[in-house]
Amino acid sequence: MAGQTLYDKLWRDHVVVQRDDGSAIIYIDRHLIHEVTSPQAFEGLRLAGRSLWRRDANLATPDHNVPTEQVERSGGVAAIADPISRLQVQTLDDNCRDYDIVEFEINDRRQGIVHVVGPEQGATLPGMTVVCGDSHTSTHGALGALAHGIGTSEVEHVLATQCLIQQKMKNMLVRIDGALQTGVTAKDVVLAVIGAIGTAGGSGYAIEFGGEVVRNMSMEGRMTMCNMSIEAGARMGMVAVDDTTLAYVKGRTFAPRGAMWDRAVAAWRDLHSDADAVFDRVVELRGEDIKPQVTWGTSPEMVLPIDGHLPDPASIDSPTRRAAVERALEYMGLQPGTAITAIRPDRVFIGSCTNSRIEDLRAAAAVVRGRRVAASVKQALVVPGSGEVKKQAEAEGLDRVFLDAGMEWREPGCSMCLAMNADKLGAGEHCASTSNRNFEGRQGFGGRTHLVSPAMAAAAAVAGHFVDVRDWQEEQV
Amino acid sequence: MKSFIAERSRVAPMDRANVDTDLIIPKQFLKSIRRSGFGPHLFDDLRYMDEGYPGQDCSRRPQNPDFPLNQARYQGAGILLARENFGCGSSREHAPWALEDHGFRCLIAPSFADIFYNNCFKNGILPIVLDAAIVDTLFEQMYATEGYELTVDLEAQQVTTPTGEVYEFEVDEFRRHCLLKGLDDIGLTLEDGAAIRAYEQAARERSPWLFDVIK
Ligand code: SF4
Repeated sequence: MAGQTLYDKLWRDHVVVQRDDGSAIIYIDRHLIHEVTSPQAFEGLRLAGRSLWRRDANLATPDHNVPTEQVERSGGVAAIADPISRLQVQTLDDNCRDYDIVEFEINDRRQGIVHVVGPEQGATLPGMTVVCGDSHTSTHGALGALAHGIGTSEVEHVLATQCLIQQKMKNMLVRIDGALQTGVTAKDVVLAVIGAIGTAGGSGYAIEFGGEVVRNMSMEGRMTMCNMSIEAGARMGMVAVDDTTLAYVKGRTFAPRGAMWDRAVAAWRDLHSDADAVFDRVVELRGEDIKPQVTWGTSPEMVLPIDGHLPDPASIDSPTRRAAVERALEYMGLQPGTAITAIRPDRVFIGSCTNSRIEDLRAAAAVVRGRRVAASVKQALVVPGSGEVKKQAEAEGLDRVFLDAGMEWREPGCSMCLAMNADKLGAGEHCASTSNRNFEGRQGFGGRTHLVSPAMAAAAAVAGHFVDVRDWQEEQV
Repeated sequence: MKSFIAERSRVAPMDRANVDTDLIIPKQFLKSIRRSGFGPHLFDDLRYMDEGYPGQDCSRRPQNPDFPLNQARYQGAGILLARENFGCGSSREHAPWALEDHGFRCLIAPSFADIFYNNCFKNGILPIVLDAAIVDTLFEQMYATEGYELTVDLEAQQVTTPTGEVYEFEVDEFRRHCLLKGLDDIGLTLEDGAAIRAYEQAARERSPWLFDVIK
């Protein structure tokens, strides 16, 4: 019998009931909750007169709606200016209180984007099944966990039963061997993967990221990659457990300690695909070939290397694809053949569950240190992923670096990633953004998003247009 | 949940690939703590000429005349014909809520995004996957025929055109069963409560750290 993949092992360990029709009841170890996708689930639970199956498997924090400006933020929930947002955050507080669920409330230092908070607190661990009513739950797969987003009905299902009904996915291995060039980061790698397989390429699969490049990557980088599995069409992405994983998890608030740590580590050591495991699909990329990436259109697969030029619809055969490119160019206000480096962002956003961890902020700060944001850039926002990240960044003086460069330093939250709060693009504005989605209107009605790495966003902020950050790194030495 | 057995209904087009859930229902409407009332904001950015906000009266807003759902020939459609990777992006269940609230009980496309596909079944919506070539044909027929209707039969797993062509579709057995019966799957899972308890006990012995409480 062939060996098992990491996904096979995680699945096997969580099957409660395997049904004849191919579906299975799967046990959920950790359920993360935020304010946007949970109110209707709690309401459903109440209406059906059901109770919580396991209170202590849940952890909540508000992130999508919270204001990031200090003045508005300092007053807590009551001071949220938008009454609808305020009600939603208040509802989360109320539900957590009613059901006795631990919540890192709006001004708790541990509050932050739920996908930054989970790993940071050790609330998500290797070998766990982790779900949340949010598609970027795939982030937690970086720890060697089976993690994916769910809808609100499933949030209710997990609250009531601690389980989900699932069908097993197929296995895909994305292997990146070789080494990355200086200035090329996890974000560029995952954008290159999406460019290669398309936004539906991973549909129906669980993706495992492997190869030398991933093995040599930090946990922050692995989280960035797994985070964007969903943009490649896969509900979940994951990375095998190794020493990097263990070093990251050790000592975190909710991580096991002492003898329990040793027992856990012994079990976690098996969380990798067997050498003879068979994948349904294997995609291979070479690290050296990957250049800094910039998306130019309205889908993450519309991505090019920094030295690229926008496509010409006239040269595309498939009618559906041609129409998509035409529509994207029109929405983005860009001409075929334009050089990526000629695109000038009006705003810059460094943040989101993709790129708001300490390593991301360090990379951005390294680029802007001693420089100024270009006069043509109206706003450059830096939004840390959590209170803990913020504190760490301030201890390292990164906030000063950003402020001195003319950037804004904000309170943690999702912010301009999806513009549910006051941070948004105006119609027609271009944004260099470290977030994960460049859909129409995502960052504001009529807004135009270009997805890039933190270093690339910072460099664009300074230059006033997209530039190849690899050249800058050479300048620095 | 409403059951779905068979339906004959008018068909409306959403003729572009990779329609994401942000497009189906933009984020400002996700601030609602309710499950209903999203229908008037379905495809809000495409449907109206202005930027929508929650709680407004949509009947007074300037409509985009080029958008099919605003055109007389597609009024009352219960089936949405779409392109590949429909429903990609965010896991927001507000997307199927908005589709259902607007009156769509069935979606037909060459492929759907995984989470969205699953969310549809939880809300009495049947997403049907047909070959891209068949979907092309249906688009052509629909554009050519005012008031074009399809018959969708979940029991028989068939889509029938007005001219009598029959297309079979696949749907996994558990989801089909729940949708046909309008079953609440939380209730079904709770019937296996003893198995869940037994699993927890074994898992607690094997991997006690997984049960360290969050506090
Ligand atoms: S940062 Fe963006 S993608 Fe991540 S959870 Fe928040 S809104 Fe979603």
